[in-house]
Amino acid sequence: MRNPALLDSRGPVSAALFAVLEEAPGGGSDQGEAFLSQVANAVEDVSDILIDEDLQLTLTTLYGLHYGEIGDWDPRWEWQPETIRARLRIEEAFEAALRERIPVLDLPQPEAETVATKLFHLTAEDSGPSLSKYLAREATDTQAVEFIIHKSIYTLKEADPHSWAIPRLRGRAKAALVEIQADEYGGGRPEHVHATIFAGTMRAMGLSDQYAYYLNNVPAVTLAAFNMMSMFGLNRRLRGAIVGHLAAFEMTSSIPNRFYGNGFRRLGYDEKVTWYFDEHVEADAVHEQIAGRDLAGSLAEDEPELFPDIIFGAQACLYLDGLTGSHMLTAWNSGTSSLRHPLDPVDPFRDLSESRITHGSK
Amino acid sequence: MDPSNAPSASIVACPNGPLLVRGDFELVTGTGEEIPRMRKTIALCRCGASTIKPFCDGTHKLTKFSTEGPSTIQEA
Repeated sequence: MRNPALLDSRGPVSAALFAVLEEAPGGGSDQGEAFLSQVANAVEDVSDILIDEDLQLTLTTLYGLHYGEIGDWDPRWEWQPETIRARLRIEEAFEAALRERIPVLDLPQPEAETVATKLFHLTAEDSGPSLSKYLAREATDTQAVEFIIHKSIYTLKEADPHSWAIPRLRGRAKAALVEIQADEYGGGRPEHVHATIFAGTMRAMGLSDQYAYYLNNVPAVTLAAFNMMSMFGLNRRLRGAIVGHLAAFEMTSSIPNRFYGNGFRRLGYDEKVTWYFDEHVEADAVHEQIAGRDLAGSLAEDEPELFPDIIFGAQACLYLDGLTGSHMLTAWNSGTSSLRHPLDPVDPFRDLSESRITHGSK
Repeated sequence: MDPSNAPSASIVACPNGPLLVRGDFELVTGTGEEIPRMRKTIALCRCGASTIKPFCDGTHKLTKFSTEGPSTIQEA
């Protein structure tokens, strides 16, 4: 079984990639060249790469070769010229699209406290749609399930994209990132790994916690948010952006997670589902302080040339969060599903304790 | 700093935010009972508005809690 998630292609590029990955790597086959020319054509013609289903699925699959767990392909595909060249070509267009949309700000002096203050201001000004308030007050059970499905693309790998940056930082910034990540990974307690706590939330809602189980259901905009983190984390030159992304992510987390927890309690879910959200209320109130001052602030002091990218990464985090939030709220306000393919109707009698895979993936 | 003289715990008074406590310390109630801790480094509320006291939950950002300037407490 080469492709356990039975991924659907979403256009010529992802179809060509799946064909390539079925082969043994290293052959320099015609399929590889055909794939690369599909990539070149698609990048040339794309109208909005942030919501392009074919290119975002291709990127997610290519990053999946580094993370594992998407397809059971030959692991040597992780470092083959075809896959790396394709990734770089799509990343170039993706990064350019982000930089084109995100305004360049006037920056203060790169001093740790000033950098933290700037990031706190930036994230406080964020006037994006309030997905968390909607979840807290209005969301139906079906919408709450959809929210979890979108969230699972990143959160079953929570913290991993930012961990790529650890060996790419030095000194104070590295120590701060490791302090945050150690807590994300449970502080030595496997059952407290945040991704594991989230897997428990999914199981307790009757969902599969297998990675990529719902990948076919999730639209490009959700994949783009995760792909952006992977791009920032896997490219050393973008280490400022991944640091800024983490700071903004942490600074916009504790208060929304309180709302999410309240929303799931309102819908009748118990602590097996809400532990994840309640844990993040406390954890991210710690992490945002470390991320603002000790991580982003120290990095800006030690490598001032990265300060603009720290702010860019933070803005990009807020921008993509806004896009994914708007996508969900727009769909729900018009009475439709926010997924590419809706899940099977939620069984109201489903076992909320230990049941697995009761929502079928279409 | 000589590592042997390093303080066992440090507290960062975060501007407009919580007290960030790192290192080797005990967190106890007024009667000396241990308050369960989920993590090594903790943030203690100092704005008074947290819903998970004694820990910070970020609410200071909504209340515009400020640690700058003179105290805002008025004399009676």
